[in-house]
Amino acid sequence: MKKIIRLGWQTLRKPSAHFSLGFLVVGGFISGVIFWGGFNTALELTNTEEFCISCHEMESNPYAELKPTIHFSNRSGVRATCPDCHVPHKWTDKIARKMQASKEVWGKVFGTINTREKFQNLRRHLAENEWRRLKANDSLECRNCHNFDYMDFTEQSERAANQHSTSLASGEKTCIDCHKGIAHQLPDMKGVEGWN
Amino acid sequence: MNQLIAKRSLANNELLRSRVLTRLFSALFLFAAVLSQMALSTEKEIATLRDETAIDDQKRPAVLPKVDNSDIKKTRNYPMQPPLIPHTVRGYEVNLKVNKCMSCHSRSRTEDSQAPMVSVTHFMDRDGNFLAEISPRRYFCNQCHVTQMKTKELVENTFVDMHQLMKEKQSKNSNR
Ligand code: HEC
Ligand code: HEC
Ligand code: HEC
Repeated sequence: MKKIIRLGWQTLRKPSAHFSLGFLVVGGFISGVIFWGGFNTALELTNTEEFCISCHEMESNPYAELKPTIHFSNRSGVRATCPDCHVPHKWTDKIARKMQASKEVWGKVFGTINTREKFQNLRRHLAENEWRRLKANDSLECRNCHNFDYMDFTEQSERAANQHSTSLASGEKTCIDCHKGIAHQLPDMKGVEGWN
Repeated sequence: MNQLIAKRSLANNELLRSRVLTRLFSALFLFAAVLSQMALSTEKEIATLRDETAIDDQKRPAVLPKVDNSDIKKTRNYPMQPPLIPHTVRGYEVNLKVNKCMSCHSRSRTEDSQAPMVSVTHFMDRDGNFLAEISPRRYFCNQCHVTQMKTKELVENTFVDMHQLMKEKQSKNSNR
């Protein structure tokens, strides 16, 4: 065993006898691009709504619930898809979120959430994860589309303008503090701040 | 002989019965015809969802009215009237798990939301005892409170405010 490893190491360390340095550099660069691109392309593939709702769990629960909301159909025809709200745009954040999401795939494979009841039972837990994430990043995903700087309070309803020009403007609160359950039904809200 | 008479009267009876029956039927028929005629003539006055669209036609649906979202309180027509909701409530959930209305209108939330607190009557159970939370019989807000659509009323409203009634009565009394 030790011999094999040593042999392998020696071959790796030996200068190449067959390929020119130029070829190795260029070839290495090209294959690097291909691998990197391939990785990101594969990543992008998982970043579409089709991928999200290819799981029956996601299609019959969050997706079905999203449909009647303003983020699915509205006067402006702009749609928010699952990754718009659930996947960060920054690469490092994205990778971190993807590793988290692998757990959800685990849940799919081993049937943790294979019925509506199981989903409902786990919803509070899942929702809290999302609230925590959005609270921590100051509702970054919302702000990718809704930019506070360009909000016209005179065009908003009185209630909205009152809240946005005070707690939101001062940074005391962020979107998710006030806008829970805009895209899906809510879990049991007992004990959640602001819900009693 | 007796038998013969009996037979004849039987025949007579039968004849009579059949005659009465035909008369009755024709009367009924006439009556039905008149009724259906009346129904036809009043049909236009009955508002149906399809109006007078022919059965093989698809009616063009009416424009959906918008909810009044002005946040302006409306006058109540009598003191006990549940106030109208002056804003949209699209997607607001009120069920066993959540009560979105109470996330603004509950006693502890009104400072943040600046929304009016639910009336104290909502804390009373049916025996008039005050509870710490809203009474379960008041939990489902939209049983009594509704939004106002920006639309014309479908039927004329003849409601008269009681102040108007009292004024009329007073002026009648003073005229006497
Ligand atoms: C893909 C872009 C996008 C993202 C991401 C997004 N929204 Fe929206 N949002 C919209 C659009 C488009 C509308 C509808 C605008 C219209 O036509 O009125 C909307 C409407 C809304 C409304 C108005 C609801 C109503 O009934 O009038 C709220 C509240 C809202 N979004 C909150 C959020 C929050 C909170 C998040 C983050 C969790 C978020 N949005 C993320 C695009 C987005
Ligand atoms: C302090 C609470 C609060 C915060 C924080 C907050 N909102 Fe709102 N927002 C409201 C209320 C209240 C309304 C009106 C009622 C409703 O739609 O539920 C509203 C309405 C809206 C609307 C609809 C506008 C209209 O005219 O009704 C949009 C869009 C919206 N919010 C987006 C956001 C976004 C994006 C953020 C974060 C950048 C945010 N809000 C943060 C309380 C808040
Ligand atoms: C407009 C933003 C938005 C969109 C679009 C959106 N979500 Fe969500 N999602 C949220 C928020 C915010 C939460 C946190 C819980 C809450 O407030 O409802 C959440 C929670 C969840 C949860 C946790 C369980 C729950 O119901 O709370 C799942 C699972 C989920 N989303 C899946 C999806 C899928 C799948 C899609 C696409 C079909 C999607 N979401 C689209 C904003 C969004």
